[in-house]
Parts: sequence; structure tokens; C-alpha cells
Amino acid sequence: MNVHSGVDAAHAVHHDDHGHGHHEQSFISKYIFSMDHKTIGKQFLITGMVWAIIGGLFSVLFRLQLGYPDQSFPILETFFGNWAKGGQIQPEFYYGLVTMHGTVLVFFVLTAGLSGTFANLLIPLQIGARDMASPFLNMLSYWFFFIAGIVMLASIFVHTGPASGGWTMYPPLSALRQAGDGQKIGTDLWLISMALFIVSSLLGGLNYISTILNMRTKGMSMTRLPLPIWAMFFTAVLGVLSFPVLLSGAILLLFDRNLGTSFYLSDIVINGEILPNEGGSAILYQHLFWFLGHPEVYIILLPAMGMVSEILSVNARKPIFGYMAMLGSLFAIAILAFLVWAHHMFVTGLNPFLGSVFVLLTLLIAVPSAIKVFNWLTTLWRGNIRFTPATLFAIGFVSLFISGGLTGIFLGNSTIDIHLHDTMFVVAHFHIVMGVASFFGMFAGVYHWFPKMFGRYLNNTLGYMHFWVTMIGAYLIFWPMHYQGLAGIPRRYLDKSGWVSFNQFGELDKMITIVSIIVFAVQLMFVFNFFYSIFKGRKVTTPNPWGANTLEWTTKINPGHGNWEGEIPEVHRWPYDYSKDGRDFIPQTEPIGANESKH
Amino acid sequence: MQTFFIVAILALGFLITFQIAKASEYVAVLRGYEKARKQTNKINGFMLLAFLIIGLIGVYYCNEKLKGKILGEPASDHGVLVDRMLYVTLLITFIVFVITQVALFWFSYKYQESDKRKAFYFAHSNKLELIWTVIPAITLTILVGFGIFYWFKITGDAPKNAMQVEVVGKQFGWEFRYPGRDKILGKKYFKNVNPAANNPVGQIWDDPANHDDIFVEQEMHLVVNKPVKLVIGAKDVIHDVGLAHFRMKMDAVPGTPTTMWFTPTYTTKQMKEKTGNPDFVYELSCDQMCGKGHWSMRGTIVVETQEEFDAWLASKKPQYLVANPDKDPSAPKADTVKQVAAVIK
Repeated sequence: MNVHSGVDAAHAVHHDDHGHGHHEQSFISKYIFSMDHKTIGKQFLITGMVWAIIGGLFSVLFRLQLGYPDQSFPILETFFGNWAKGGQIQPEFYYGLVTMHGTVLVFFVLTAGLSGTFANLLIPLQIGARDMASPFLNMLSYWFFFIAGIVMLASIFVHTGPASGGWTMYPPLSALRQAGDGQKIGTDLWLISMALFIVSSLLGGLNYISTILNMRTKGMSMTRLPLPIWAMFFTAVLGVLSFPVLLSGAILLLFDRNLGTSFYLSDIVINGEILPNEGGSAILYQHLFWFLGHPEVYIILLPAMGMVSEILSVNARKPIFGYMAMLGSLFAIAILAFLVWAHHMFVTGLNPFLGSVFVLLTLLIAVPSAIKVFNWLTTLWRGNIRFTPATLFAIGFVSLFISGGLTGIFLGNSTIDIHLHDTMFVVAHFHIVMGVASFFGMFAGVYHWFPKMFGRYLNNTLGYMHFWVTMIGAYLIFWPMHYQGLAGIPRRYLDKSGWVSFNQFGELDKMITIVSIIVFAVQLMFVFNFFYSIFKGRKVTTPNPWGANTLEWTTKINPGHGNWEGEIPEVHRWPYDYSKDGRDFIPQTEPIGANESKH
Repeated sequence: MQTFFIVAILALGFLITFQIAKASEYVAVLRGYEKARKQTNKINGFMLLAFLIIGLIGVYYCNEKLKGKILGEPASDHGVLVDRMLYVTLLITFIVFVITQVALFWFSYKYQESDKRKAFYFAHSNKLELIWTVIPAITLTILVGFGIFYWFKITGDAPKNAMQVEVVGKQFGWEFRYPGRDKILGKKYFKNVNPAANNPVGQIWDDPANHDDIFVEQEMHLVVNKPVKLVIGAKDVIHDVGLAHFRMKMDAVPGTPTTMWFTPTYTTKQMKEKTGNPDFVYELSCDQMCGKGHWSMRGTIVVETQEEFDAWLASKKPQYLVANPDKDPSAPKADTVKQVAAVIK
């Protein structure tokens, strides 16, 4: 239905390609205000990497404080001045760092950096389209993200410092300028930045949905879509339905801060000042926030799941086990993602009956998650596995997803959550299951599709080192943290020496800090590998280096704008015919043979 | 200087790693790329197996080393339920953890690339899917059932004989109010808050129930084996009453009072003996990010016998009399009145 319009567009682009040499695109329209989905994907990736370094650096700084609360680091004072007076990180600075670390990594890296990169790169290439449904909106989506980043970055440099109310930005703390320095202009900038970011994410999401629904090539029925595309589709739907709710929450908060409204404020006496606000509800914000906040977890996880499914299947030389079950479980997770938000609020005074409903719905998510895990395991079973760095990261993803998913069963159960809520256990849980696991999905994606992006390979040896240090480091950092949580140590405590009950983990905190510095250094090595390999990496010599079935490998090694020269290929089968009938792989473009067995 | 050395060493480390990586590429080219790749594949397959074994030993070692540092026996009746639920969940998840992780790494090792074998084309099996849908579903039903049962027990109504204490969080400390002899907490209104006039929680003095209410800061006293219902509020931002030893927690929200109840089962003195720590004290931590002093928002709790508690409470003067010294029947001296008046001015 849509192929033909695609072909027309293709002709235009086709001419462009031939025009190589005499009317080349200018640098600006080719690399900066580009409308080519592949370039936009790379822009998201590189911007995401810059933010990941910044966010990671923040975590190293506050880990220094946590590991060595009594020690002075004069160098910090050199760089941060009053924020680190006497070489010690000051509480306001600490909370600014924690808040920015969370915001940057959750939204800028694991949402924009992950979805933005791979949805842009893979959707048109894997469904067989010349570009996104609206290349212009797509470009706009990147630039809104870029501006959001600039505003956030600016907030770090204002006199009173960045927002410091935690990445969840709960009012009244975030609504009251009197509450602290971080609640002054920094919080306004945070909210504005988030609003811009949400616009970016909506523009991107709408584009992904319409592209997947309308622009698939001939023969590419919905059940022949590779799993990353399905994952991106559900991710986009989640984002489009839930981000507007956060936007409304943020706007109401801006009103409360600047226009004297009382949406979230009531009965407040702060620093001896009695505020006039009455009748608002502080908990309302938490409902609005977590209505996005929980789907957000899956916005981060689903693309990683999709890519891991693809990468495991390709490198195990085996079809993904239970394609329909994988799809069904993605769908179930997407639906349930909207129905579990209040499990973040078990101890806010929520009606216990409502709490019990959310326990049921939350633990229900474990069922589709378990299906996915068992299907991945069965995909590996009796495969013939090539351990490329991408495969290793995919295996690491499954391992982390199991570990972090299981601790979710503790937290989703309100009875246990009474004790563990807002402790280090929560920090350990979500860092493993959505932080590190999604990063692993992202790394797997970068290693796997780097040849498509740049026509070169990443350095393998550095890739293996990157994987092993990160994998071992992630477990060393976050596994023992569960014990701190079981001991009841609350999150965001920058020094525990004043407490009798929480002061027994000094050595452990030191160990975690050292490991996290090493892991951070190895990420820098990856960044170096990335940029070095763009220019100097080993060249790809065959269009299909991994022997994969999907359409992106039917393009030239370095596809131009428009992706395919000539006609877009037609699809005749699902993408997972590996090791079928004695053949290593059968591309999607190959018609079903007369004697071929059914799957 | 030290910083310079650290930076220099890091840079050197980077350089060396990078050179090794580059050299390995050349070696791969020299030896034949395919051959080098197969060798690396074997190494990584072995590493995955080693990771599994060392990892499981590490899990055991970590537990041995740290299990003594987490909280001991819960000190409340509800805490027993929370811990029981925790350990049941731990048992089930640990079994699943070991099975799935072993399968993951063992399969990865066992089925690594080999020229002798072809991958097995196995695309789906409804029977298997059914098995691993139904088994997790049943397991989770059990966990949900127990969880909700305990949850309603813990969050249900407090017993009639429960004592009440009001807990108020503020940046960055805790305030407590006891209802006094009439066992009723008097009404309050936030616009009445005026610490200078000795009315820190905003009590309405016209309400006679307020006349015997007792106000204390930072240290709460509770009676062992007597249910207590905490009426929780906050003055400025959201705080959280975290009672790790009792396994209890509830947010303190400005404008929306919350409650929780439990029964402390050991006095502070008994806990000192149990833990063998003469410095043991029940601590009240703020568990909800509340500003720059969040990490230091510490309160303490003394659990004692009824007699000790009564004696402690009797030693306190109702806040009404502190704020209105002229109403004090124990006839204060004229100069104290003047002092208070001066403070108010």
C-alpha cells in the first residue's frame, strides 16, 4: 500500500546518489541539519555518549564522597570551588550531582540515546523504507533534544547550582525556593529542559509509530518484523501515551513555583515562613510523575530487549525461540507498564486496598518477563554461538535482567517494600535491571550495528576488555549494595558516620568506589574505541558481515540517503530462518522454496 | 604532584591497552582472521563458564561476609511478618536465580561455535511456553497471596488500646507530640505554628484536648509490647519516618496526615544485650529526599517498660502550660513570666 509512494521518493534520492561528485550536499545539511535517519541516529548516539560521560563522571564524584566521606581531595576544590570546599563535596553539591546523574542517564542517555539511536537507525532499514515517515519532524526531534540538553547543562553552571531534589523532583521540595539552593533557578531550568525533552520524545515517537505502521516494504507483514522493531514500536507507544502526563505534571509544578498556584502545596511552614497555600496535594504529583515514570522503565528496557533478541538469534545461528510468545510478552509488558505506577508509592499513605491491587499487577509483570528469559535461554540452547562483543553484551544483558528482575519481586510486594522502600536495595535493583542492563543492550547494539553505521568494525580486543571489566564491575558494584539496603540504609545518604545502625559498611563503600572508577575508565576506553574506529577501524568488506537475515544487510556497505539503490527489496519470510534445512541463514528477501520445511 | 602521577599512570595505562588492542588486530591479520576469531571464541566461552563458577562462589562469599552486618531480629510484631515474607521470597528467587544463571552461562559455554556441530532449528514449542507461563504464574500467585495477607494485617486498623504519638518532620529534624491524660491529640492548624511563642506544631489552644498534650523533640519514647499508632505529618516538604529495626516506614506529607501502627517487642535495654552493642539505639531515619540535610535527619527512639515511660512522661510539662505560663497551676515565679514575655516580644 505504501511501497509505491516510497519508490517515488526513492527516485529523487536515487538521483542524488548518482549526483555524487557534482552536486554534493553541503556539510551542514549532510551532518548537522540532516534529515537522513541514519545520520540522525548517529547524532542521537554521539550526543547520548557525551551525556553518558558527563552523567558517569557525576557518579564517580559522588562515589568518592560515599567511599571516602572523611577524606579531602584538594583537586576537587580546584575544579569545583565552593561546591567542594576544603576538598570535600558539600551536601548541596552532592544532591545536585545525584539529581543530575539520574536525570541525565534516565532521560538523555537511556531514553534519547538508546531509542533515538536505534529506532532511527533500524526502523527504516529493517522494515524496508527509504526514511522515516517525516524526516523533518525527525530532525526536529533531535534538535529539541539538543536544546533540552543545553538548558540542562546551563543549569549546572548557575550560581545556586543545578536542581537537587532527586531525579523524581517531588514537590513540595521542588516547588519551594526556600527549601534550598538547588530549588532556586536550577529547578526551573530542569523543568524547562524536561518540557523540551518531552517534545523531542513525542516527535520521535509519533514518527516511529507511523513509519512502522505505514511504510513497511512489500511482504513485510507485522508478524515478519524483526523483534527490535516490535520493541521500538511498543516503546514509542508507551512514550506517546505517558510523556504528556509528565509534561502536565511539570507544567503544574512550574505554576506552583512561579504563579502562586497550589496544585501540590498545602499546610506549609518553611524556615519559619507560613505559606498561604491550602488544599493542594503533594501526592498528586507523584501519581502524575510515576504514570510516566514506570512506563519510562520499559521505554528504557524494551529497545534493549528487542536488540538482544535479534543479536542472540543471529550469533547463536538459531531462530529466536517463540517469536509469537516474545511478541505477546512485549505486548503484555507494555500494557502492564501503565497499571503498576503506584508500586513506587506504597508508603505514601496510599489506601492499602489500592496498594494490594498494585501488588498483584506489579508481580504479574514477572510472568511475561520470565517468558522472555526462558525464550532467550532456549534460543542459546543447542545453538552454535559466536562470541562477538555484541553477543557477550547480550548474554550479559540476560544475566543482569534476571538478577535485577528477581529483586523486583521483593520490591513489588508491598509487605517487603515497607522495609526496603527508598533504601540502597532499590538503588541496587534499578541500576542492575534498567541501568546496567539497558546499557548492555545499547553496547550490544553499537557493537553489532557499528559496521552498518560506519562501514568499519570496532576494535574487538578493546570490545572484549570493555565487556569483561564492565560485567564483573557491575556485579561488584551493585550486588553488595543489596545488603546495605537490607540493613535499612536509606538512599541519598552522603555520610553515614553519624548513625549507629548504618555505619558498618565503610570498607564496602570504599571497594565500590574503586571499582566504579575502574568501570568508568573502561567506558572512556570504549568511547575512544568508538571514535578511533570510525576513522581507523578495520574496514567491512562484505555487505552482510554477521550473516544476518534482516533487510539492513541487503544495502550497500555504506548506504546513502534512501538506503537502497534501485528498488526496495521485497520480503518473503520471517527474519529468523537460521540453520534451517541445513542452510546457515536464509535472508528475508529469499522466496520460500518449494520443498522447504515449515517452522 | 600526586594528582599528576595518577593522571600520568592512567594515560600510560590507556596507551598500553590501546597498543595491545592494535597489535592484536595485526596478529589476527597475520594468522588469518578466521583462525584468530575461533581462538578468541574459545577463550570467551571458557571465560563465561569461569564467570559463572567464580560468580556463584562470590555470591556465597559476599553473603558470608555481609550477612552479619544487616539487621538482626526485627523488633516489632509487624517486623516479624515483613522478615518472614522477605525470606520466603528470597528462597524462591534464589532457586530461580541459580537455575537461570547456570542455564545461561552453561548453554553459552556448551554451545559455543564448533565446526563439528550445526545449530538446531527450533523455533517454537507451545508446550514449553505453557510450562514457563504457568509455573511462574503459580509461584507468583503464592507470593502475592501471602504478601497481600500480611499487608492487610500490617496496614489494618490499630488496636483500640494503642497509644498515639504524633510525629512531625521538618527540615531537618523530628518533633513528637503525646496526647496526655485524655489520650486525644488536640486540634492544630498550620498557620498557628510559632516556635517563638512555644507553639512549634500549631496547636489550637482553644481546644481543651490540647491542654495536656506534651511536646518533645528528636527523641521518642515508646512502651514495650504496647501497640503504638503514629500520626505522621510534615511541616515543609515530604519526609519519611523510617524505622529500620521495626521494619516500618511511612511518608510524612505536608497537608495529608498519614498513620502507621506496630508493637515494639524489645526494650532498648534488651536490644543492647541481644546485639551485644552497648551503644545500640533505635534510630529514626528520614527516608525521603528532603533537602541538603536529608542524610543527617536522625531521631532516636527509646523503648521502655510502662513504669519507665510513665515516669518519663510525668517529668514533662504540657506544651499548653509552657506557652501560657499564666495558666500554670503550679504558680510560676513572676520573673519566669517576664522572661517568656521577653522571648515572645
